[in-house]
Amino acid sequence: MMRAISNRLVIIIPYLWLLFFFLLPFLIVLRIALSDLEYGAPPYTPQFSLADGWNVIWEKVGQLDFENFGFLASDSLYINSYLSSLQIAFFSTILTLLVGFPLAYGMARAPSGVRPTLLMLVILPFWTSFLIRVYAWIGILKQEGLLNQLLLWLGVIDTPLEILSTNKAVYIGIVYSYLPFMVLPIYSTLEKMDESLVEAARDLGCTRIGAFWKVTARLAVPGILAGCLLVFIPAVGEFVIPDLLGGSSTLMIGKTLWIEFFNNSDWTVASAIAIVLLIVLVVPIVWFQNAQARAAEAGR
Amino acid sequence: MPSLGSIRRSFEPWNDPAAKPYISFKNVTKRFGDFVAVDNLSLDVYEREFFSLLGPSGCGKTTLLRMLAGFEEPTEGEIFLDGQSLKGVPPHKRPVNMMFQSYALFPHMSVADNIAFGLKQDGMEKGARDERVAQMLKLVKLEEFAKRRPDQLSGGQRQRVALARAVAKRPKLLLLDEPLGALDKKLREETQFELMDLQQQLGLTFMIVTHDQEEAMTMSDRIAVMDKGIIAQIGTPAEIYEAPNSRYVADFIGSVNILEGAVVSSDDAHVTIKGGDGEIVGALRGSKAPADGKTAWFAIRPEKMQVSRSRPENVDNALEGEVWDIAYLGDMTIINVKLDSGNVVQASMINRSRLVEDPIGYDERIWLSFTADSGLVLEG
Amino acid sequence: MTRRWSWFNITSVVVGFTFLYLPIVLLVIFSFNESRLVTVWAGFSTKWYGELFQNQSILDAAWVTIRVALISASVATVLGTLAAVALVRFPRFRGRTMFTGMVYAPLVMPEVITGLSLLLLFVAINFARGFWTVTLAHITFSLCFVAVVVQSRLVSFDKSLEEAAQDLGCPPFQAFMKVTLPVILPAVISGWMLAFTLSLDDLVIASFTSGPGATTLPMKIYSQVRLGVTPEINAVCTILIAIVTTGVLIATILNKRRAMQHKHT
Repeated sequence: MMRAISNRLVIIIPYLWLLFFFLLPFLIVLRIALSDLEYGAPPYTPQFSLADGWNVIWEKVGQLDFENFGFLASDSLYINSYLSSLQIAFFSTILTLLVGFPLAYGMARAPSGVRPTLLMLVILPFWTSFLIRVYAWIGILKQEGLLNQLLLWLGVIDTPLEILSTNKAVYIGIVYSYLPFMVLPIYSTLEKMDESLVEAARDLGCTRIGAFWKVTARLAVPGILAGCLLVFIPAVGEFVIPDLLGGSSTLMIGKTLWIEFFNNSDWTVASAIAIVLLIVLVVPIVWFQNAQARAAEAGR
Repeated sequence: MPSLGSIRRSFEPWNDPAAKPYISFKNVTKRFGDFVAVDNLSLDVYEREFFSLLGPSGCGKTTLLRMLAGFEEPTEGEIFLDGQSLKGVPPHKRPVNMMFQSYALFPHMSVADNIAFGLKQDGMEKGARDERVAQMLKLVKLEEFAKRRPDQLSGGQRQRVALARAVAKRPKLLLLDEPLGALDKKLREETQFELMDLQQQLGLTFMIVTHDQEEAMTMSDRIAVMDKGIIAQIGTPAEIYEAPNSRYVADFIGSVNILEGAVVSSDDAHVTIKGGDGEIVGALRGSKAPADGKTAWFAIRPEKMQVSRSRPENVDNALEGEVWDIAYLGDMTIINVKLDSGNVVQASMINRSRLVEDPIGYDERIWLSFTADSGLVLEG
Repeated sequence: MTRRWSWFNITSVVVGFTFLYLPIVLLVIFSFNESRLVTVWAGFSTKWYGELFQNQSILDAAWVTIRVALISASVATVLGTLAAVALVRFPRFRGRTMFTGMVYAPLVMPEVITGLSLLLLFVAINFARGFWTVTLAHITFSLCFVAVVVQSRLVSFDKSLEEAAQDLGCPPFQAFMKVTLPVILPAVISGWMLAFTLSLDDLVIASFTSGPGATTLPMKIYSQVRLGVTPEINAVCTILIAIVTTGVLIATILNKRRAMQHKHT
């Protein structure tokens, strides 16, 4: 009997925590997305209170509506923000893949004594602050920044490039900040790969490049997929990078949500934005969950 | 009174009507979902026996062992140890110790601490504990390795630590899961005899799970050959080898030739069957002969056949064929002979002489002869 | 298995690491800049560090941040380890799919969503925003990272070790504490360090869930940055980088030393 209870506790404790602090909040966001804006604290109506009888509660439930969602659909700002976020996240993911894959591949092919050091070197920037690393790029990408100074000095350009406060800076920022998330899954997949598979392919007639495409790249797909999802999904809702590196014309939904909430104090619209964002991301999130669960099963 | 094999046995509690079994499986079934791992199995093992569960992967032998250790509970049936039911008793409360296939040595503890682990659990005092650990180290000849960690030991050494840890608590019953699987051939042979000596010295009951028939044959008092969750046959190594009860058992242990035929006649001790190679007379297994006309199989071991160039006189059985394949193994030679019917049988000869004037060669026509008691007629 | 490192490989690794480290290096260099600019070098000076230590609001923020990180990392490690054990050891229980979903989702969930939803929860239950709300929020999202790290170690853990302990007389809970936990401890510690860093670094969730008197360092840095980039901020960043780097290096050296010990005869 005791054994069964203590067994259950292992599951119950984190389960309850997550139910209360993860699931419940989402339900609350949904409820607020259906509410109306009000002045006061908290700035939405209707307010439910424990003192209400069932009739009052039912009446208040009737006041919930999809008005906020309709508002989102009607204002092009929001639609553009969503589309722009998806676009930026998508292309950033591809760029990150292009930068990250050769790095991961090079690391996986390194002599085995060097590999742990390389791994540590990739992880180290991850331990240092995200904010700091994005901030570092401000100094580099500014009009008077170090990149422009370098290019002017080299004579490559005549006038300073305007990179900061444009979408280009956001791309650079996302690639830079999320690079470890792309490199690590790819590296760990490649590292486990059996070298003799490539040798077998070449023995059977493949050129070196051919063997790479047909064997190595194919086997790396789970790692590539994990890396891409780990970059794409958070990038869609990214706030810090577009805020610090992007300009006023950079539309990203994370920034829009923030402005809606902190600047406009419109909790209801902010909640609606969050719900729609979740819906947009549901497919990739579930995809990611399945990939993770499958990987965990395979590891058993 | 003729007996099976060439060894006389003195330890035979299973033949003693007064002896009570030490371990008893009564109608035990184990299901994992739809899969039946153990099917209504009953088994008695006696004290001080060296008992082997032998069978291919998936036959249920490991499941049986784990049920005895307490890591699985039977879906149906009950297991008794020394008269007490083990139902609902968790592994840490059973007076049984197990030696795991992977050895399962605790990597963060030294050899001495590994061995002392179970003793500490029992609350043994430090002085007595240290003495017992020293005793165990001496038993497995690892005295200088007390302070080492498992990852600093070789495979054979790790195996001995696992053994020492398992017997440290002097359990009445020791379970061993494929104990010699990870060792190379030479080490395996040495360890087989060491294990047998250890068992005798300590007076323990051993139950081993293995897929290696040679291992089972060497070490066991009795073997249970398992097949898909049931016991095909229990017996001493000699009984299993010389009197298998089915083609499955005959085929599982060692090499065997099986020739199919229909029963022609029978008497108290022998059965004659007729197949593609003519009539063959074999020993009757059991007391009741199969009916005339029924399909039966004649099973004979390669070493029981005599090889000669001409048909010998006064023999019960003789088959003629062509030498198809020869394998020279040093101590013996194995010949595959293709009979005129198309069946291929295997005969083996011990190379008694160092120099042979005219050895048998490929494609020669030779005769294989054997007595009526050399092989069995099996019904299943 | 020999791996041959081609020129292409070496180049891509070098380029990759340069890309990763150059901005950080530049940031550190300019924290020692004499002038107020972060783009033109005017000479070496440590005056910004001096100014930093006079800046009470930054020091307060740092203190809050460290306390939040310590508490949330420790609680998250316990909860995350429990969650990992639940996922690995109990293949079938009611609501397992939802549980798995809740554990993996925060890994990729955009922080604005997590932050907003937690704030709304605190408002709904009338919990005053401040130190504890930030801590609770950090515990929630970092426990998932701990769970993933510990789970991947637990999956490759040889279960027969725990069975052997039970076989030798250890009740199940003790077997876990005496055998399993010590062996997976490096992963649990990695999980703790990960949770600590995530908390130390978090801006978005803290912004949503914090309250008066509980401004965290990232929040402070962010608000300063909006006003303009100054070497003082570079100085703060450099110190943080130094602390984290030292921590990681120590951890790596300790790990290597333990590995060496095991090789000793």
